[in-house]
Amino acid sequence: MTAENGIAENGIEVRGLVREYKKGPRAVDGIDLAVEPGEIYGFLGPNGAGKSTTVHVLTTLLPPTAGTALVGGYDVVKDGPKIRGLIGVALQEAALDPLLTARDHLRLQSTLQSVPKAQRETRAEELLHRVGLVDAADRKVAGYSGGMKRRLDLALALVHSPRILFLDEPTTGLDPQSRTDIWNEVALMRREAGVTVFLTTQYLEEADVLADRVGIIDQGKIVAEGTPAELKAEIGRPSVHAIPRTEEDRPKIAEFLAQFGEPLASTRDVAVRLREGLGLTDIVRAVDANGVDVADLELHAPTLDDVFLAKTGRTLEGAAEEADSEGQEQRRR
Amino acid sequence: MSTTRTQVGAIARRAIVRTSRQPASIIPPLVFPVALMLVNAGGLRSSTELPGFPTDSFLAFALAVPFIQGALFSTMNAGTDIARDIQTGFVNRLSLTALRDWALLTGQLAGIVVLGVVQVLFYIVVGLTAGVRFESGPAGIAVLIVYGAVVALAFGALGAWLAYRTGSGETIQALFPVLFVFLFISSMNAPRNLIGVDWFRTAATLNPVSYMIEAVRSLIITGWDWQALALGFGFVILIGLASLFLASRALRTRMTRT
Repeated sequence: MTAENGIAENGIEVRGLVREYKKGPRAVDGIDLAVEPGEIYGFLGPNGAGKSTTVHVLTTLLPPTAGTALVGGYDVVKDGPKIRGLIGVALQEAALDPLLTARDHLRLQSTLQSVPKAQRETRAEELLHRVGLVDAADRKVAGYSGGMKRRLDLALALVHSPRILFLDEPTTGLDPQSRTDIWNEVALMRREAGVTVFLTTQYLEEADVLADRVGIIDQGKIVAEGTPAELKAEIGRPSVHAIPRTEEDRPKIAEFLAQFGEPLASTRDVAVRLREGLGLTDIVRAVDANGVDVADLELHAPTLDDVFLAKTGRTLEGAAEEADSEGQEQRRR
Repeated sequence: MSTTRTQVGAIARRAIVRTSRQPASIIPPLVFPVALMLVNAGGLRSSTELPGFPTDSFLAFALAVPFIQGALFSTMNAGTDIARDIQTGFVNRLSLTALRDWALLTGQLAGIVVLGVVQVLFYIVVGLTAGVRFESGPAGIAVLIVYGAVVALAFGALGAWLAYRTGSGETIQALFPVLFVFLFISSMNAPRNLIGVDWFRTAATLNPVSYMIEAVRSLIITGWDWQALALGFGFVILIGLASLFLASRALRTRMTRT
């Protein structure tokens, strides 16, 4: 498939992609994925899962060891310059020059990205407005907060109006407000410009909120793929959590709820995974009808962490800690 | 696609802007060599009374040293800046644009050359202000400026090679004293024929830095010494070509984009 036949002009197609480092394990171990034009694809996984290596290969910074990858219809091995012309990239570390201002960065980036000279200033102003950095535009980046650096990084990735955008953990380390700002911006880009977005993240919420489809990667392999709803549905049913008024009520509530599904371990409340076809309203009616006294009832939908747990046997958080300690162990050796 | 000239200009402009915003990168290469020269000129003034000393002004004799010493400072600064770009991922950012490899190197070196010329102009002004007479006249001063640019280019390429090869600012800083050794075992403080210690005279004779200094010195105190100029330019050009070759190779390895 090539750009010339127009099949995947804004899409990404990866087949059997492998990337090995000289003295390490396979960072990416034969992954297949396809991102449709205009789609936001969330690539979810813990630290060290292979997310950033995949981004480096797809953005032409690293050659693959095996397999094929087409970005915008172009082959990452043969057509590096063509791919670089149509993608925008914000890598994991917002690589900015602390001595330059936002405006200096935009000027440099737009020149190197071949934005026509007459449009550079207008484009810079437009992007500064868009990411809310107008007031800070002439201040050195050294004084920026983490959120401001990320927003500038995003503006730089957009300077040449790319058709495909790669965002490698764009909100890691940001406060909730800055994170929401980035999410809004990414959603807006897709809505207004139809940009295809390949977004890596270790945050379940981010993948859930932003992504049309999610690929879950662990130890270099994709372990699950689908829309967040599909993935959660694969895990199955929601759970109901009843909060007792007193500790003494707990056994009675547990016995009552057991008729609606299998009990779940919980110290805070009494929880059951609902049987197929049952919902919160069924439980509320039964609780009322039987005069069971509870302080509150909550319905918990399955999360992507449940999906990760089901596919890998670990929670996302646990996998991240494991990866961190393995990394430390390797560094000690 | 932006032209190579535009790319080189953008990278050079960045190098100049960021250096101009770091007083620590500008002031030491200007002040320290001049301060060392003034100290030496004060302490070694009596050397001019030695039979065969080529001038009666030690300041005129010593003025050549800042040209090379300043270039060494600039080399370190340039190398450290490039290494920091590698460490922070800025080179990756540049790799993801349409920037050509050699346009990046040329742009960085162009920035170093501009700053090198500024340094040379400063040393010339210091010399003229201190009453040094340039025997080669205005044309000689023009040649000095060109020579300063070539020295900055050669040493800048050396710094760039070290930076692309190691990717570590600390390693480059650690090499700084090594380069300074070359300066101190040269003819910086005495003409080679007047160095009394045999091993030192031999080392100074084998050291290319001696010839680089003597080319500058000839324009200041002798006039037009074609042999000194040929040796000075020759060594600088040789070092420059070797460094450029190594730097461009290291850059290709560093920018592993497909």
